Amino acid sequence: MSDKGMNLTLKIWRQKDSKSKGKMETYKLSDISEHMSFLEMLDVLNEQLINEGQEPVAFDHDCREGICGMCSLYINGEAHGPDRGITTCQLHMRMFNDGDTIVIEPWRAAAFPVTKDLIVDRSAMDRIQQAGGFISVNTSGNTQDANAIPINKSDADKSFDAAACIGCGACVATCKNASAMLFVSAKISQFALLPQGQVEAKERVDNMVKQMDLEGFGNCTNTGACEAECPKGISLENIARMNREFIKSAVLKDK
Amino acid sequence: MSVLNSKVPTGPIKDKWTKHKNDINLVNPANKRLIDVIVVGTGLAGGAASASLAEMGYNVKSFAYQDSPRRAHSIAAQGGINAAKNYQNDGDSVYRLFYDTVKGGDYRSREANVYRLAEVSANIIDQCVAQGVPFGREYGGLLANRSFGGVLVSRTFYAKGQTGQQLLLGAYAAMNRQIGKGKIKMYNRHEMLELVVVDGKARGIIARDMVTGEIERHSAHAVVIASGGYGNVFYLSTNAMGSNVTAAWRIHKKGAFFANPCYTQIHPTCIPRSGDYQSKLTLMSESLRNDGRIWVPKNIEDVEGIRTGKIKPKDLSEDQRDYYLERRYPAFGNLVPRDVASRAAKERCDAGYGVNATGEAVFLDFASAIQRYGKERAYVQGHKNPTQEEITRLGEQVIEEKYGNLFQMYEKITADNPYKTPMMIYPAVHYTMGGIWVDYNLMTTIPGCYCAGEANFSDHGANRLGASALMQGLADGYFVLPYTIGDFLADEIRTGEIPTNLPEFDEAEKEVKDRIEKLMNIKGSKSVDHFHKELGKVMWNNCGMSRNEAGLKDAIVKIKAIREEFWKDVRIPGTANELNPELEKAMRLVDFLELGELFAVDALHRKESCGGHFREESVELDGEQKGEAKRDDVNFKYVAAWEWTGNPSEAKLNKEELEFNDIELKQRSYK
Amino acid sequence: MALSGFFLLFFLLMHLSINLLSVFSEDAFNTVSHFMGYNPLIQFLMQPILIAGIIFHLVMGMVLEMKNRKARGVSYAKNNAAANSTWMSRNMIITGIMILLFLVAHMIDFWAHEIDYKYIAANAEDPTRYWEELHHKMGDPLHVGIYVVAFVFLSLHLMHGFQSAFQSVGFNHNKYTPAIKKLGTLYAILVPLGFIFVALFHFLTQSH
Repeated sequence: MSDKGMNLTLKIWRQKDSKSKGKMETYKLSDISEHMSFLEMLDVLNEQLINEGQEPVAFDHDCREGICGMCSLYINGEAHGPDRGITTCQLHMRMFNDGDTIVIEPWRAAAFPVTKDLIVDRSAMDRIQQAGGFISVNTSGNTQDANAIPINKSDADKSFDAAACIGCGACVATCKNASAMLFVSAKISQFALLPQGQVEAKERVDNMVKQMDLEGFGNCTNTGACEAECPKGISLENIARMNREFIKSAVLKDK
Repeated sequence: MSVLNSKVPTGPIKDKWTKHKNDINLVNPANKRLIDVIVVGTGLAGGAASASLAEMGYNVKSFAYQDSPRRAHSIAAQGGINAAKNYQNDGDSVYRLFYDTVKGGDYRSREANVYRLAEVSANIIDQCVAQGVPFGREYGGLLANRSFGGVLVSRTFYAKGQTGQQLLLGAYAAMNRQIGKGKIKMYNRHEMLELVVVDGKARGIIARDMVTGEIERHSAHAVVIASGGYGNVFYLSTNAMGSNVTAAWRIHKKGAFFANPCYTQIHPTCIPRSGDYQSKLTLMSESLRNDGRIWVPKNIEDVEGIRTGKIKPKDLSEDQRDYYLERRYPAFGNLVPRDVASRAAKERCDAGYGVNATGEAVFLDFASAIQRYGKERAYVQGHKNPTQEEITRLGEQVIEEKYGNLFQMYEKITADNPYKTPMMIYPAVHYTMGGIWVDYNLMTTIPGCYCAGEANFSDHGANRLGASALMQGLADGYFVLPYTIGDFLADEIRTGEIPTNLPEFDEAEKEVKDRIEKLMNIKGSKSVDHFHKELGKVMWNNCGMSRNEAGLKDAIVKIKAIREEFWKDVRIPGTANELNPELEKAMRLVDFLELGELFAVDALHRKESCGGHFREESVELDGEQKGEAKRDDVNFKYVAAWEWTGNPSEAKLNKEELEFNDIELKQRSYK
Repeated sequence: MALSGFFLLFFLLMHLSINLLSVFSEDAFNTVSHFMGYNPLIQFLMQPILIAGIIFHLVMGMVLEMKNRKARGVSYAKNNAAANSTWMSRNMIITGIMILLFLVAHMIDFWAHEIDYKYIAANAEDPTRYWEELHHKMGDPLHVGIYVVAFVFLSLHLMHGFQSAFQSVGFNHNKYTPAIKKLGTLYAILVPLGFIFVALFHFLTQSH
């Protein structure tokens, strides 16, 4: 444990609102403990900015334990920073060294307009889910018994793995094409692997893909960057499964 | 004579809910289209309620302060959800789940509500499976269960360590279906700042668009508050950074009684604080206590050595360690309930035995579990004389299979490898059992204003059992509220749309605008976080795991002082007409600063120890239970429902006497 | 992209096998080349399909690239793409354009010559000329050099393209995908190497 904190240079994207032009600003921070989380480091910066009478940097965050999907940030050219399998809120300063320059940018995608500073509008992802990311069953409590349909454990586990997506948008941010295929395929896969999801499978994939295209996300060229940067390790297998479902739907669906 | 009417139906407990559903008023489908309902919060309770009400035909307006309903903090729940399915054939039943929950809550919850919760628990699982929630399964394809603290059966359903996430995404999906149909109008990044009451009924809210700063009026025939708990009054907690009491506190100030604010759950196994910059605490699942042994050094000299790094925890022999839970509670050992484990850790640390630099940490050690499992696995694999290295390797393998993701999370945060050196843990604020008082219909003392999930007080008494919060949130949202709200709305079919130009809306909006303007104009010298940290320190030191009269009185004085100082000296940069996170935090802190005082007032008045509320004055003085919490059923067997009178310290106490007809009151013992 | 890609992968194999014939047997190469040059089925059905396939692959590739660039909007000030993806996967458009440029040269080189020979100059059929023409063309070091460089780009293109095509049509299976990836790498190395080998063979066996 080093007693002396780190000195850092931060280059941060500042933008007043969605209509304004933004630019990179440089800030100096000193005495940063290696035990801090990355967001706590930004808290320290903001406290410093407030004390200096400047406007603090706006960034999205909430649970700060890697599950809500609210935090984002493109740190030194990587979504959620240099570590793997974690979100920005779980990134710790021990991943950096004294004297480092850290470049912090918002997610960049035409479908994610910047709201302010490092905050982007990810409602496009919600709209894709609204187009078909559900099973149409009303609340009644009178559905059949939960154990009425046994489900193969491996399928159930894979379904869970797909469902573990936190909707943070790192896949879109990191993809050179700003494609949302990993995100969309995760939801489609979750349901495609369960008997309950079969009933509307064809309509689901159709509607969600249509909405995805409408929102202006790019196309998948299978670079695999999304899988590498995904904090929850969502697999490319899901994209292949979505492609299968899409082809199946295109061939089999009624006019 | 109490002004509180719990409206619990008459008759035997097992028939109450069925009977009630048959008796209450219904709204016909055509009329539901004429009725608007506002739901604040999109967690398990709010999300489930929004989706269900929209499915039924009501026009729902949902509000979330995050950018999407899916971010609500229900998502962070790890362990699981209880349901009396008895799939394991271990004798579980609705009654047993009911009994365990009432007992776990230290006999401070309303029997009828808890029974209903147990009754609908099975439906929740059916519903979620139908929605495509990927619960853990056995190789035979049927649902798997695990066992949780404080009970004798296996009734907890789970989706790895992300059960809350999967259940919330289920509710979110159900909401999405209705948003897509236009039946739910979703207001993301909106914060409710005031309730509008017209002619004694809740008729709308004032909300701030957090992107533009615009103050908006929204009207409805009923308002549902499902905004979660208020653990962030402690500044540091396992709650999300944005979790707040504002919606609940605002309805309290408009006439909803606030019940048992002092009932707080402090979870024993969280990662300790590492410095003053700490913004949030991370929970490590309760399941770790199944295999981890909790200890501190026996000799105070060794503590110093460990803190400075001169001694490694491994260097201390068995007889130099104090496994204090095993010592004090031989029957339950490391698996005592959360409140007991937390207090014991505090006791050791207060005595100077804390093992990290801040003095607030104890060890959770897996070394003996690794050895035990290693030997077992070596035997199973046919190694009759395994070497020490082999045993350790195999044992670590077993531990990784069971807790791999938690161990990895711990290592990411602390940079310590918990396979090689014991984890350090310390209790942290996790859940608040107290909340807005509601009747059996989940209606507050304001007609038309409902409260669901963690935001209400109803089901967990003075202590919540593991895996019960998810159950309550979904039960309220999917199965209780959609029925009971009809009882009120049946009279509203002829009301017509509520106009937003009523004087009550003008007044509420002015109140909000004045509050914002006042805050922006202070232009003081200290940040919002500075005051929040100050409040948190007082709450933690005086109203935390153990409380006494002097400390609580001191807290009331100190909180008042912080509040006054805040209103004089807070600095909020930027303007009110833009996205301004500092203003958002300030608005929330305004309410925490009042709630904190009521919290202390409630804790001061409750001179007994029960569940998460431990009064140092109320302990067993002799016998086997010496030093343990002492409940006082003669004087405190009631719900303390506080009524706002203009000042937290002068809140008026209303009592709802609790009746226990189906369960016998007993002292909890874990010796 | 994937479907035309599969088609082109198949075409490459066929092209390579004919080329390889030229190493082993002058006569066999001449026979096959003559068949390919004069069979009406090949000339008026297969050849247009091939051209259509190439144009489709090309146009779609361009359209995809443009759409995808638009989807990014503002680009990053700092982007460490190498941390999570291969150079080949990110630069299909570059390797693709290089192959396209080569194709143009290649068409001028062989196809334009054929058209001139058969239709413009209207020479009589000569089923024995092909090997000699090929052998002669590969005598120029610059010519061979361009071919070798082009095949390196083809290799880079295939490194990603082969396995990517499978993923795009939805074939990803934890048991078979690793094998497909290996096969793809093998294909991406061996096929261009085969073409290079043929070119170098002719260059090095020039009798001058």
